[in-house]
Amino acid sequence: MKGLITNLNKAFENRIRLGIMSVLMVNPEVDFKTMKEMLDVSDGNLASHTSALEKNEYILITKKFVGKKPNTTYTVTKLGRKAFQDHLSALEILLGKSS
Amino acid sequence: MSDQNKIIYFEKQSTFKMNENQKHIEDLQQIRSIMERSTQFISLSGLSGISAGIFGLIGAALAYLKLAGEFSISSSNNRLYSGDVVDVMDINFFNVVRMNLAFGPTLDLVIIATGTLGLALIFATIFTARKAKKDGNNLWSPTAKKLLVNTAIPLVVGGLFCIALLKHGLFGLVAPCTLIFYGLALINGSKYTLPEIRIVGVLNIILGLLNTIYIGQGLFFWALGFGVIHIIYGVVMYFKYERK
Repeated sequence: MKGLITNLNKAFENRIRLGIMSVLMVNPEVDFKTMKEMLDVSDGNLASHTSALEKNEYILITKKFVGKKPNTTYTVTKLGRKAFQDHLSALEILLGKSS
Repeated sequence: MSDQNKIIYFEKQSTFKMNENQKHIEDLQQIRSIMERSTQFISLSGLSGISAGIFGLIGAALAYLKLAGEFSISSSNNRLYSGDVVDVMDINFFNVVRMNLAFGPTLDLVIIATGTLGLALIFATIFTARKAKKDGNNLWSPTAKKLLVNTAIPLVVGGLFCIALLKHGLFGLVAPCTLIFYGLALINGSKYTLPEIRIVGVLNIILGLLNTIYIGQGLFFWALGFGVIHIIYGVVMYFKYERK
């Protein structure tokens, strides 16, 4: 019943979320500033998308203080890794089939 | 509930199949590019390789002249330092080092080698900074830092090891060691930059190992490894990635 197409994950609909996941798939831990530079997005934009991914339990947000400065880092969870890989395979199958 | 929403959502989407496919292709391209950019320092310029190679060859030529010069001078008198290169630096620290080493030509060669390395690094940085700017990338990124640290580890270890070799008078092993450790450094750093660097690393290691068989031919292997291979690499990279 459930076609292959349904394996696409709505949580990764958005480009910025895709970007966040892409960075975290290949880097063990990334801080806020690096992520922001890598994706070229605003503070607020990044924060809202990371918290959305955190709500899905796809990423882990760790807030630490380095001296007086807050330092936020992101890591991908096991669930997130699996979800993203499934999403990628779904995309690939989808494109492979239609072409 | 959310699963059901998903299905409805994508059923709706499938009516825009063409546009959707285009979007998916772009998504995949973006994912790929971000993964590469966030792990690889891609701004390394081919011109860096070419300039490093040219300095390598100049260094080898200077060393050759120095050696040829030393032999003729030391046979006529004991003045070991006729060096044009040394004069500038002949002031304080090196006098001490020289006394410890008590071996003139070696110190000159070390200075030539260090100078070559320094100039090669400076120009490599300049060309790479230029390319990073052109590509709209940061020269100093976490990836650049990883590349630098991972390249520096074998390089520093190799450098210290070579100093030990010099101290123990094992001069013939210095050239092979520099080539081998340099090759290892490149291989270690290659994970964080364009993959072609890895080949340069492997070639340098092979040259270094060959040099251990033909000890005393260090200069030839140096010219080949630090000079010719760098230039070939630089030209290939320049035409592959930059001249488009």
